[in-house]
Amino acid sequence: MIADGLLGPFADFEFMRRALAGCLALALGATPVGVFLLLRRMSLMGDAMAHAILPGAALGYLAFGLSLGAMTVGGIVAGLVVALAAGLVARSSILKEDASLAAFYLLSIATGVMIVSLRGRNLDLLHVLFGSVLALDDASLLLISTITTVTLVALALLYRPLVLECFDAAFLRGVSTASPIAHYGFLVLVVLNLVAGFHALGTLMAVGIMILPSAAARLWVKRLPAMLGLAVVIAFVSGVGGLLASYHADVPAGPAIILVTGIIYVLSLILAPGGMIGARLDRRPHLES
Amino acid sequence: MNAREAILELDNLTLGYDRHPAVHHLRCSIAPGALVAIVGPNGAGKSTLFKALTGELPPLQGQFRVHAGKGGIAYLPQQSELDRSFPVSVFDMVSMGLWREIGAFRGLKRSQAERVRAALAAVGLSGFEARQIGTLSGGQLQRARFARMMLQDANLLLLDEPFNAIDARTIEDLVALILQWHAEGRTILAVLHDLTLVQRHFPECLLLARECLGFGPTAEILTPERLATARRLAGEFDATAPVCHRPEAEAA
Repeated sequence: MIADGLLGPFADFEFMRRALAGCLALALGATPVGVFLLLRRMSLMGDAMAHAILPGAALGYLAFGLSLGAMTVGGIVAGLVVALAAGLVARSSILKEDASLAAFYLLSIATGVMIVSLRGRNLDLLHVLFGSVLALDDASLLLISTITTVTLVALALLYRPLVLECFDAAFLRGVSTASPIAHYGFLVLVVLNLVAGFHALGTLMAVGIMILPSAAARLWVKRLPAMLGLAVVIAFVSGVGGLLASYHADVPAGPAIILVTGIIYVLSLILAPGGMIGARLDRRPHLES
Repeated sequence: MNAREAILELDNLTLGYDRHPAVHHLRCSIAPGALVAIVGPNGAGKSTLFKALTGELPPLQGQFRVHAGKGGIAYLPQQSELDRSFPVSVFDMVSMGLWREIGAFRGLKRSQAERVRAALAAVGLSGFEARQIGTLSGGQLQRARFARMMLQDANLLLLDEPFNAIDARTIEDLVALILQWHAEGRTILAVLHDLTLVQRHFPECLLLARECLGFGPTAEILTPERLATARRLAGEFDATAPVCHRPEAEAA
């Protein structure tokens, strides 16, 4: 009976299996990127980038209709333009990265709203805003898994410079020229995964699958590899839970997935060793030295 | 001193921000193997000089030449720039000193891992390998940074206020390391505020207060008169200062 409830939907319906595959790909690709976003204190920057993608995807949609390619390319281009422009401004003016990013993403989202209102067919754009994880076709699934593959390979190659860039950028600049490669390479990965995320979860919630599992994992473990692994597991479990909730309770899947990550995050916040009362629950006696 | 054999030559170097010089027409040349303390009040341009030497700040005027050879420059900035909340172990952090050998991709060979452990032992951090950097005290973290610097195996070492907020015993240990590097023939420039320490251990001294107030044997440089001048000069700032027209020859 329970197994029926948990496995049945996936056994019976292909669209559930596709959604499951999409969630697995997002958990493997987008979530590790989110771990680094979190550790670089760029969580909100991820959110800003997600908004920056909107006008690109909207332009692609309005020019070519509901074409996966056009919306993807539009989103990637808009995201990269904003990320690179913000980085360039931060490095060559006295404005800090957050200020220049805020400026560009506000311009970007204003442009997006303008484009949408000019055409006045807001309903179709619900797809962009909230995604359609239950309606992933072959092309979308292929796109998401390709981005995940690229992300995993790139993270493996960038891992050491990226870690160093995160915790001691000055040292990295002193010993190597890899600092800009790590920085901009990482921004490209953020944009790619946000685009992958928006096909499934929409631009507004794509950041959720990146940041929430990472924040929850950070509360439980101290080491980076463990944090990456745990975040991926949390993201995938949330994906499964969200899909089942969506199936059984007949609620939209995207928000359901993010809300499950939210529940795990709140529980971690309360119970985990790094959480609000978790540290106080540890009653073991202290050591001698 | 023959300019050709110097490891570092500063040639009429002027550095600054918004056209206001923080280091003004500095000329000196540092011999290989020198152990130099850079002394001067806050705002004297000491850190600015290091920023320029590591390529972070382009000169307003003049130039400098580094002949540090294959080992290159190792730079220990003031403590604030390292994010201690990042989850990384002491061993991993210190092993990054081997970057020139292992680069972005190679793993540590057994002999290299052994050298990391030896460096940790040399700074008195044996047993801390698996600890997260966030659990270290200020002094322990500084020891770890020294261990990392040791592994960089550089010929020219720049230390910016390495003993800020560090207790006496740690300073003693770290000074012993600096003296050992000196004995190995490395060239060391250290920004320091503790004049007693400078007089005891540093043969040469560069007294800086925007202008160079003297470079040479420590006993000759750290005189009460020069120090008083340094204190007076560093406090001066004129927002409406005219353009500096000091001719090349006079600046020498």
